[in-house]
Amino acid sequence: MVRFAVYVLRMIACAARGSRQYYLWLGTLLVFVAMGGVSYAHHLSDGLIVTNMTDHVSWGIGIANFVYFVGVAAGAAVLVVPAYAYHREDVKEIVLLGELLAVVAVLMCLLFIITDIGQPLKLWHLMPGIGKINLPSSLLAWDVVVFNGYLFLNLHIPGYLLYRRYLGEKPRPIAYLPFVFVSMIWAVTIHTVTAFLLAGLGSRHFWNTPILAPRFLISAGASAPALLILLFTAIRRYTKLDVKDSVFEYFKYVLRITMPINLFLLGCEVFHEFYTGALHSASAYYLYFGLHGHSMLTSFIWTAIAFNVTATAIFLLPKLRNNQKILFAGCGLTIVGIWIEKGMGLIFPGFIPNPLGEIVEYTPNAGEIIVSLGIVALGAFLFTIMAKVTIAIQTGELRLEQPVPTLQDDSTEAAGG
Amino acid sequence: MTPEARLGELVRLRLGRHDTRRGFLKTALAGAAVASASTACDGAGVEKLLSKHYLKLTDEDKRKLFARIEAEVLARSGVRVTVGDPQPMAGVEFVHALDLSLCNGNRRCVEACARENNLPDDIRYLRVVEVDAGTLELANAEHAYDPELVPRSGKNYLPVQCQQCKKPPCVDACPVKATWVEPDGIVVVDYDWCIGCRYCQAACPYYARRFNFREPSIEPSRINPDQAYLSNRIRPAGVVEKCTYCLHRTRRGRYPACLEACPTGARKFGNINDENSEVRRMLERKRTYVLKEELGTVPRFFYFFG
Repeated sequence: MVRFAVYVLRMIACAARGSRQYYLWLGTLLVFVAMGGVSYAHHLSDGLIVTNMTDHVSWGIGIANFVYFVGVAAGAAVLVVPAYAYHREDVKEIVLLGELLAVVAVLMCLLFIITDIGQPLKLWHLMPGIGKINLPSSLLAWDVVVFNGYLFLNLHIPGYLLYRRYLGEKPRPIAYLPFVFVSMIWAVTIHTVTAFLLAGLGSRHFWNTPILAPRFLISAGASAPALLILLFTAIRRYTKLDVKDSVFEYFKYVLRITMPINLFLLGCEVFHEFYTGALHSASAYYLYFGLHGHSMLTSFIWTAIAFNVTATAIFLLPKLRNNQKILFAGCGLTIVGIWIEKGMGLIFPGFIPNPLGEIVEYTPNAGEIIVSLGIVALGAFLFTIMAKVTIAIQTGELRLEQPVPTLQDDSTEAAGG
Repeated sequence: MTPEARLGELVRLRLGRHDTRRGFLKTALAGAAVASASTACDGAGVEKLLSKHYLKLTDEDKRKLFARIEAEVLARSGVRVTVGDPQPMAGVEFVHALDLSLCNGNRRCVEACARENNLPDDIRYLRVVEVDAGTLELANAEHAYDPELVPRSGKNYLPVQCQQCKKPPCVDACPVKATWVEPDGIVVVDYDWCIGCRYCQAACPYYARRFNFREPSIEPSRINPDQAYLSNRIRPAGVVEKCTYCLHRTRRGRYPACLEACPTGARKFGNINDENSEVRRMLERKRTYVLKEELGTVPRFFYFFG
């Protein structure tokens, strides 16, 4: 017990000490977190009337970001599967960071939900036993279940492995491998349940499509490696963790598969909507071409398509993808393109026109954007300190037999994020 | 087909249908292990935050709770209201029928509903839309017509409110069972249990649910003091509400406010199980239809051309 308490304290000490760059980065993030907090306090005191949401478009940028970050959380499987199922050593060295990214993404998802609901203090109504969770009928209730399960799995696996590493003991496979394999399937379920949550609504024709879950999974398989390429480049630059080139080659390989499939599935959707041309396609017409003079979202979806097509070309052509700068640009385009696809391209148009045919448009206002930025900043903050501790343990800097470093010892380096 | 046979067919098709769509989930997942820890709240000690679900309230709980709500309204608005809890009557299943050949789009029902149900200015349960004669397609409906200039020739008027579905997608969507179907067919919301996630709004095919984006404010002189816990009491901010067929009136033998206010007599309301009720006669004799029948929601709200 004492040993574990010391371990926790040493982790906190490790996270709290770093270079000036490290403090500057964390400080900047905290400024955004504070701004988000202030804006959210405004939501709480005056009600969600301060947002641009209405009864017509009753979910806005918070839920859109929720859906996007579910993809990031599920994307951890891109690392978990090759590391544990195919024993790729190069990926195994960084898989813990992937799992911690999933933890942070899930926490962000929960925050996007909590800040979006009207009565956050009544969330205890979801707890089995004392509350009244609506299982098995409500897909939102299922989402709560799978999210908490995924959070537990991704806290347990790296938590256990890191503690063993700290102690200098070999991990016992029985204590983590079963959870690893469950988490591979679980990564699929969190995105599938989230897709079903939308696809299960018979009156929202834009969402009521069987390929929504496959689309979610494929786009997660694209946005996650794009994010990971940028993330691990930063980690390689700012920390002592050795990320092998072969890992980046692997990410590029995944992107060469997922990006074209993502475009193909989009094409299937577009064909289905426009060839039949039924009134059910009103949302799609609204999104792609505008409807009855309303076209707030058209420029967004065409931007997303342009970004995704350009990024796909970059990943498919060796000359382009092997140029690092162009590769990074491709990753950036992918992340933004898929993010637009989820919010402006999926959540908002699902509500427009409303079930009675009325068109009321929506874009988030500054307050909503600041709350979302605050949550993203909090996620980046948490990932940075978790990554710093993880890397310290993995590189052997933080070990049981290692002397506790004194406050004057300034050898630790910053972790990027 | 004899009227009796037609009615039997109607009831079988629309109200007595077997579970299919969402029943699938229930059967497929029955027995599946359910475990969840959710985000805890820190509101301990605050009575309001810990209040129980309506279906778990004892008579004593209700007495205290309703007295507290009455005192709150008195303190805030200076109006003495009574919060009751009329129960569904045995053997009664309420159904609304609306004669589209009589409705002229005057929207008196909309305002009467608002007065009766203590709705603030930005919330209306009822919408009346204008459609071209020859179609009832909502995709082409006009929502912003001027009710002073009705009826316009070549137009039909279609009032839409909560359809009190027998298979309501909103009830399935709710993650905390804050909304359910009462034995008399009315879909109610426990405003103190709702967490305000608005998934029910996304699920409703009739745009029938309203969210309190802010604390509702109603002129004290406009507050209807005759209130019920599950219907027209003044709602808190951050929760969803909707039409309840004025259960505080209808469960006491009165008509809903929208019907009473209708100058054209387009609305019929009553117990479908009562062979002599007006709605039953309409269902037997008129060419009726329901909105968005293809979605399988099985509405308790019928339209017909008289």
